[in-house]
Amino acid sequence: MLPFITFKQFLNDLRRQKLRSALTMFGIFWGSCAIVLLFAFGQGLTEAQLTSQKGMGDNIAIFWPGVTSQEFKGLSKGRRIRLTEEDCELLKKSSVTVSRISPEYRRHSIPLKYGKNNTLRNIIGVWPEFGIMRNLIPEFGSRFINQRDMAERRRVIFIGNILKTDLFGAEEAVGQTVLLNGTPFTVIGVMKEKVQNSSYGGRDSRTVFMPASTFRSMWGHRYINNFVIQARPEYSMLQARREVYETLGAKYRFDPEDREALGVWDTSRGFEFLKNFFAAFQAFLVGIGVSTLITGGIGVSNIMNVVLEERTKEIGIKMALGARKSYILTQFILETLLITGVGGFLGFLFAWAVVSVIPLLPFPDLEQMIGTPRVSLLSGIMITALLGVIGFFAGIFPARRAANLQPVRALKLF
Amino acid sequence: MSPIIYMKQVKKRYQTGAVAFEALKGINLIVNPGEFIAVVGPSGSGKSTLMNIMGCLDVPSSGIYKLEDELVNKMTHNQLADIRNQKIGFVFQAFNLLPYATAFENVEVPLLFAKVNGKKRRARVIELLARVGLADKAGNRPTEMSGGEMQRVAIARALANEPDIILADEPTGNLDSKSGSGIVSLFDELHSAGKTIVIITHDMNIAQHAQRLVRLKDGLMDTGTEDPQLATAS
Ligand SMILES: Nc1ncnc2c1ncn2[C@@H]1O[C@H](COP(=O)(O)OP(=O)(O)OP(=O)(O)O)[C@@H](O)[C@H]1O
Ligand SMILES: [Mg+2]
Repeated sequence: MLPFITFKQFLNDLRRQKLRSALTMFGIFWGSCAIVLLFAFGQGLTEAQLTSQKGMGDNIAIFWPGVTSQEFKGLSKGRRIRLTEEDCELLKKSSVTVSRISPEYRRHSIPLKYGKNNTLRNIIGVWPEFGIMRNLIPEFGSRFINQRDMAERRRVIFIGNILKTDLFGAEEAVGQTVLLNGTPFTVIGVMKEKVQNSSYGGRDSRTVFMPASTFRSMWGHRYINNFVIQARPEYSMLQARREVYETLGAKYRFDPEDREALGVWDTSRGFEFLKNFFAAFQAFLVGIGVSTLITGGIGVSNIMNVVLEERTKEIGIKMALGARKSYILTQFILETLLITGVGGFLGFLFAWAVVSVIPLLPFPDLEQMIGTPRVSLLSGIMITALLGVIGFFAGIFPARRAANLQPVRALKLF
Repeated sequence: MSPIIYMKQVKKRYQTGAVAFEALKGINLIVNPGEFIAVVGPSGSGKSTLMNIMGCLDVPSSGIYKLEDELVNKMTHNQLADIRNQKIGFVFQAFNLLPYATAFENVEVPLLFAKVNGKKRRARVIELLARVGLADKAGNRPTEMSGGEMQRVAIARALANEPDIILADEPTGNLDSKSGSGIVSLFDELHSAGKTIVIITHDMNIAQHAQRLVRLKDGLMDTGTEDPQLATAS
């Protein structure tokens, strides 16, 4: 380790060369700040998009009845396929790839009344498994529809959080009775607020869910509107989809390859797509980051080169006065470490400050759109280290070359 | 009494691309302790080359150079650095002060390399600056001093670690005659104090202060000034 005396001189030199130190430090500061921010926003945005995609349900597929588009075993095309709750039961029993399934019965604009409040809402009749598949998480102290509700055809409903506020305001909803189409229903659950930016047939936050059995007894529907499945973890959604087409194709006698007979929306595909999209997005950010780093590195080495002349002469003078080579190199290394360390730390701090200020800005929707930017300490350290290495190499070679010369050459080089 | 500087057949060759140039063609020189020598000769004759080798700022291409009986030729980087720090004070024509440092800090540098500790170091710097008549300029930067003052700072710096030898390459070359004579009387004082002094100059008035003249021409010493013993021995 260097004796204190040498360190004192090192600090002296640094202080004397304020401009150079400041410029170099600013280069590092700017580089690390820009990149930390870039990654912070990239990360936040990615997370925000992926969670809001998950809002509708993770890894599910929704099937609609359709019309056959191919002749099959002597049957003409253009036949309408209609699905029933029994089809769901069949799939639940016979299928190996499907882990959860639920039919959906729908009715639109059904009058709902609580006290003086009236509203028209979409009603969906479902099985208990629907809640888990579609990410309908009950608020504390409430629950989703269960098997007994189904079996006993109870007059109970689970409602979206916005609907709850519309009807009940701040009042407790669970346990209250509302009039649904004139019939009294008990609220058993309220959905926890969630981010959802894709849906079919309306947002969950404004919808009423009831047991499929209750729904059927009320309105006497024979056919379901659609059904939702989730694949077993050991099978892919593609395999599950194929099995659904084969099972129902056998039952209704359509070609399992006929994509028109059943419509399908596979959210796992969208999720895959989004994941890929954001991987590409991150790669893009890395690209920007790398070019920023290169620019910063060039800046840093330029500053180092601007002072090369002064530096070489200074090294020559010091050697003439008895400085050993190790002293020259240690001073240089310390200088680089200090400048990059402080610059990088300040840049990181500044980025962190910017990120902390964002939630305080008066734009309530901002967070939902861009997510919560997250500063990663690791990225800060890595970037600072990288810039430090660039700065180091930019300067160490001239310094070493000068230190290897005879003093008279270093003095006369320029 | 053994010589403080002993040079035998010292040669220096410069290689510029494909062209080699021999700036020193075999110098035989003995300097005894306490001598005051002036090196004179036309421009390009090799005076600075000789002086730089003498001051261990450069190494000879061949020949023998002994400083206080120690062979310099084979020394490592670090040994040479320590010799420059301890045994030799070098004064340049262009002063070569650190531009961003004060007079005080410039004089302090060799003491820092010698690891002289704080209190002692500060006292020493103040003493040195007083000795060259600059006690009141300790806080001035080079840009805030005259040429004569800068050269005095450089001399104070050269004296920092009490070297036995002071080497000066045209120390008055950048100065007017008045500041120049001030510097020369400083060298006279140092000589009276027992230092060995070798000074390069173009100015015959300054050369007269020396006890002995060494004349260089085309990389060789004039026969009159060459050491007779060494010359015959080669
Ligand atoms: N680094 C070098 N590379 C090539 N040639 C050099 C180098 N240094 C000096 N020379 C040559 O060596 C010769 C002697 O140079 P030197 O500087 O010793 O002369 P000098 O006697 O000090 O002259 P002046 O009185 O002008 O200072 C000159 O011809 C010069 O061109
Ligand atoms: Mg010269």
